[in-house]
Amino acid sequence: MTVRIKEWPGTALSSKDFETGRVLTVHHKPKAEYRWDAGVAIGRYLRELKEGRLIARRCNACGRILLPPRMFCEECFVPTSEWVFVKDTGTVNTFSICHVRWDMVRLKDPQLPAVINVDGASPGMGILHLLGEVRPEDVRVGMRVQAVWKSPEEREGAITDIKYWKPI
Amino acid sequence: MGKVAVVGAGMTKFVRRAQETGRELAWQAARMALDSAGMTLKDVDAVVIGSAPDAFDGVHMKGEYLADGSGGWRKPTMRNFVGGATGVFAPIQGWYHIASGQFDTVLVVCEEKMSSCHPHPQGAFLTIFDHTTERPLGPNLLWIFAIEMNRYMTVHGITKEEIALVAVKNKRNAMDHPCAQLGEELTVEDVLNSEIMAWPVNRLDVSPASDGAAAVVMCAEHVAKRVTDKPVWVEGVGWHLDTAYWTNRDLYYPRYVEYAARMAYDMAGIKEPRKEINIVEPYDPFDYKELHHLEGLLLCERGEAPRLTADGVTQRDGDLPVCPSGGLLGVGNPIAAAGLMKVCEIFWQLRGEAGKRQVPGTPKRGLAQAWGDLMQVGAVIILGR
Amino acid sequence: MREKLTNPEDVRTWPGTIPVEYVYTAGVAGEAYLRAIKERGCLAASTCPDCNIDYLPPRLYCERCFAKTDEPRDVAARGVVETFTVAHRDLDGRPLEPPVIYAFVRIAGTAGGLIHRLGDVEPGDVHIGLEVEAVFRPPAERVGSILDIEHFKPVG
Repeated sequence: MTVRIKEWPGTALSSKDFETGRVLTVHHKPKAEYRWDAGVAIGRYLRELKEGRLIARRCNACGRILLPPRMFCEECFVPTSEWVFVKDTGTVNTFSICHVRWDMVRLKDPQLPAVINVDGASPGMGILHLLGEVRPEDVRVGMRVQAVWKSPEEREGAITDIKYWKPI
Repeated sequence: MGKVAVVGAGMTKFVRRAQETGRELAWQAARMALDSAGMTLKDVDAVVIGSAPDAFDGVHMKGEYLADGSGGWRKPTMRNFVGGATGVFAPIQGWYHIASGQFDTVLVVCEEKMSSCHPHPQGAFLTIFDHTTERPLGPNLLWIFAIEMNRYMTVHGITKEEIALVAVKNKRNAMDHPCAQLGEELTVEDVLNSEIMAWPVNRLDVSPASDGAAAVVMCAEHVAKRVTDKPVWVEGVGWHLDTAYWTNRDLYYPRYVEYAARMAYDMAGIKEPRKEINIVEPYDPFDYKELHHLEGLLLCERGEAPRLTADGVTQRDGDLPVCPSGGLLGVGNPIAAAGLMKVCEIFWQLRGEAGKRQVPGTPKRGLAQAWGDLMQVGAVIILGR
Repeated sequence: MREKLTNPEDVRTWPGTIPVEYVYTAGVAGEAYLRAIKERGCLAASTCPDCNIDYLPPRLYCERCFAKTDEPRDVAARGVVETFTVAHRDLDGRPLEPPVIYAFVRIAGTAGGLIHRLGDVEPGDVHIGLEVEAVFRPPAERVGSILDIEHFKPVG
């Protein structure tokens, strides 16, 4: 049947059609502002970040030490059991060298987002963070890294209290 | 469970910006699907709509908004959204509507109009990252793909050249698709030399943002036998979700795709997928994803998909044609509509109606797969003659 | 599962936005509608050739039978108040002085209509069934928007 269709529907427009007003448009900017509750587990996570420490939760049912911490274990579906401090060192699991912002504006210096498997948490318990004090071409999967913290006065209880992770 | 057939398919062109509103696009695709089945809206018992976040189109309650253009006027109508997997999950939903015996004929319509969203559709996606533990780092969507691609490459020792072959193949295949946005003859060098966005991702490794719609008509066996002598049967469906703690998973392998595929293979009675599936439309928003998904679909060993590609096995005239449509990389990526486009392609291929895209031989069975959210949803549908 | 918080500073929220804005195309039928308003100071309707329903605003297709509708035709911006409300507060809850009357105006000769403001009339004088017509902005000021109509006012 498709082989018989000569003209497929859908009208493509060019930027010019918008700029010159050849097609009529309506502009709308929603007021979408939020305050998200950190919640119980992440609330504590943030308080400990302010103290310069990383904290996780242990699930006694499966024995895993979960990071980021959570009040329930999604595998066992039971409440997690206790708070456990983990180290601020880890291993790069994977990374990217990112040259653009979300709106596709080019960055002057690339960002180095990475998944970092944190020492003391169960294997594979990575968190998303940034790498620093390293040339992009020198980053490797498996590289050992350590958190670089903001000074105690600068820390506000945020994931950004760790500025980045640098090679050990 | 009753047997369910696909009896009609339709789609609009996929374009960067469409003049049509979302509901107009939906109507164009839905009307074409009905026409192709020789049916009218009167024959439709229920409607399934698939559409990704409301924030793309900028229309709240998009299911309701799209309902009239999708044929949902005064009918049982529902909308689903499982991220990028939506376009393959929608016909699965159509399948269980009918397999349950509740309805005889269901119209399935997927639509996305991403061009409304400024300055970039990504803005609508930033909240996919955890608001407290991830968003303050300033992430963008490319991060997760780049990070996953790097992990995949590192674990198996795969090169960017091997991956770029997928973009070259799909964009070339798309040149034969009348609805394609980015059909193009490219070389591996073109892909490697395109702008680096988030290493290892270059611009030509990525599918575009698009506007478009696609639709299929599904019906019960007794209706299918009345309206067509070429029904395409739903032989298997599967879906699966992994944890949203995406940094706690090893990203080199899409387990959720494997589980969805196993569910579908079991239902279809498929024991050796590589031998029993003739044609595949895996989800390819990025070129490496096609390879990743072929492995998750158990169509090759882990880490082997690049070799299949290099050997030409996945070309349209190869032993296992993969993305003969041109995929998202070539045809375009209006999220939900792109997934359903893949189902349309399998339908047309199995009926021998794919025109210049027709794969040689007479494929008996095809598979479409889509993937979504924080790299965690797998949806698989298997169609057969 | 719940932890008792004794320090109010422990209750943390994280601020954020969804940084999006939208440019909506009017669409195929919407374009005809807004062009009629902008260029000819009237409205437009489209008719389903099979169901004989006059859609206003015009549509590309008939939602009842899925037929493509006929080309939109001009319709006078005149009709009857089918229902109305008097708003005393704005979107943020601030008092509106004077209050604003919003009405659904059924457009004569069509199955449709539109929501718009009423003007040149006191709230106490509005009633269901009131005949109204659109007051358009001067042609030079029109941009192709529903706000090219300032408001509807009682006929006569």
